[in-house]
Amino acid sequence: MKKAVIAAALGVSALVLSGCGEPESKGIDPKVYTDSLFAVMKADRTNYTKLVVKRLGPAGTNVIQPDEHWKDIPNGTLLPAQMFRAGAEAVQEMTDDFTYSLQSIWPINSQNAPKTAMEKEGLEYIAANPGENYYGEEKLGDVTYFTAVYPDVAVSDACTSCHNDHKDSPKTDFKLGEVMGGVVIRVPL
Amino acid sequence: MKKIVWGIWLLATLVLAGYYGWLLLQADDKSELLIGEATHGHFQIELACSSCHTQAFGGGEVLQDACVSCHGDDLAMAHDSHPRKKFTDPRNADLLKVLDARQCISCHTEHQNERTHPMGVTVPEDYCFHCHEDIGERRPSHVELPFDSCASAGCHNFHDNRALYEDFLVANSGGPWVKSVAQLAERNAASRAPLPDLPAPAFDDTALMGKHPQVAADFLASSHAAAGVGCAGCHTGNNDQWLQKPELNQCKTCHAGEVETWLQGKHGMRLAQDLSAMSPSMGRLAFQAHAGDRHQGCTSCHGAHKFDAKTAAVGGCLECHADQHSLAFNDSPHGLLAQQALNNQRPWSEAVTCATCHMPRLVNGDTGIKVDKESVSALGESAIVSVTHNQNLTLRPNEKMIRPVCMSCHSLEFSIDALADESLIQNNFKGKPHQHIESIDWAVKREQR
Repeated sequence: MKKAVIAAALGVSALVLSGCGEPESKGIDPKVYTDSLFAVMKADRTNYTKLVVKRLGPAGTNVIQPDEHWKDIPNGTLLPAQMFRAGAEAVQEMTDDFTYSLQSIWPINSQNAPKTAMEKEGLEYIAANPGENYYGEEKLGDVTYFTAVYPDVAVSDACTSCHNDHKDSPKTDFKLGEVMGGVVIRVPL
Repeated sequence: MKKIVWGIWLLATLVLAGYYGWLLLQADDKSELLIGEATHGHFQIELACSSCHTQAFGGGEVLQDACVSCHGDDLAMAHDSHPRKKFTDPRNADLLKVLDARQCISCHTEHQNERTHPMGVTVPEDYCFHCHEDIGERRPSHVELPFDSCASAGCHNFHDNRALYEDFLVANSGGPWVKSVAQLAERNAASRAPLPDLPAPAFDDTALMGKHPQVAADFLASSHAAAGVGCAGCHTGNNDQWLQKPELNQCKTCHAGEVETWLQGKHGMRLAQDLSAMSPSMGRLAFQAHAGDRHQGCTSCHGAHKFDAKTAAVGGCLECHADQHSLAFNDSPHGLLAQQALNNQRPWSEAVTCATCHMPRLVNGDTGIKVDKESVSALGESAIVSVTHNQNLTLRPNEKMIRPVCMSCHSLEFSIDALADESLIQNNFKGKPHQHIESIDWAVKREQR
């Protein structure tokens, strides 16, 4: 009897464990995830800069005034960098699945300079290697993140002229097509 | 013996548990549950525990929601320089370990009055240092400045910098310290609002006024009489019965904005929390001895039946307030302008009264817009001018007063200097500021670089 019980128990265990051998269902690769997010961000950022700010701002029909203090101006509108940040802040109110920010090693606002070691390394890498992205993992607080850094390129002379002429800009010789900073996307692992 | 000891212990436990249970759930006066004196901002409502502790269970988020539910709109209007959303990115993790700027209570802890600084701040006043310690690298002018001077010297505020940010300083630099006395824009909010649904005339007004000749004389000279509002307009209570003493509910039939803003300020915040009306005897400022029991409501400043806004604008305040700043008003340059206007020696629109600064007229309810006639007419027909009855809206930090009030007549530079001079505030601005805040000079210098 004892033997029969043991045999039955082993049989059941084998049946249960046999499920473990099936291939694990895989989620999306973090790199594909952040690359896709960046594609959307870059498209929107470029479109806002070219189709709104450049077209309707002082360099175009001059009906809107892009300004850091846009809320204080009747026809004021967000600077492209502020528009990008407003998107990042709105996303944070919707989900914790990823965060993103716009940073530079030549920031007008020093709070947008790299803060973590990986941000610094990533921003320097994409500046030194045009066309390439940077990927890594870092621990912030108690959480480990997949961190991707993408180049933010000057897509319009509205970008270069504003940065080159700004009294707080550490770099004043940006050219069209150059890397001006980077988009940092983080996914908690 | 053992049984007796256990019995006493059990009895004592039950009595204590019963007493505190009763305090918590039943008692009207919960003052024994207070863990410390509340701040200047909240002491009036410290016994309305559920105003902030909205749920029995829950952590910081419950309190955060309570803070935002009362102060969120003001912060949004102030273009808050440090909103919570600036700190939620994980890249700030190290900074948040030092100062968790996502939570209001990190800097504004309640019931800690003994360590509360101006503006209800309960962290050491060098808090800016934690994130901006390297400011000297980009602003040589800031190198030798003390770390606790950023927000205390008239240069920066943590939340509301609308009158202090660099581009605003540059755009409004220069100009004489006082321009000509501005004409304030006329109020138009009431005439723009839809006609209120007043109770139908249900009483014999002529007979009532015959019985009370002084009341009749006051009423007939009032704007209520001019607008055709009869006795029933205010004196109708539930079931269309005569109401001897009309209250907020009756006033707000026509004056919703005034009542709403009044309930947000120091005069009405107790009533807003269903506590008894505020009176000077409960206050922490200096008040006239005879005014201790004047419970605050619309008529405590406006006077029943007369409802004279001119009397309310100075006399209403000085009836109770007896601190140095208030007592110095009548003899101050602003007080003299008010006196001249009361004596018909200048138009009322040029009067500078207590209310001009503390319950200012606002355009579209926004404390960022100037309210002199010229500025308002430039905004066109859409501009709605109303009087906020929240005296707290522009009070602290006092730089909030610069744009909607001071700059109608004064330069920005003078306004900043005057509001940073405590002795000048005490004597109600009789004289010139004793010190100069250099922020405009530095901003202009950087612009000319």
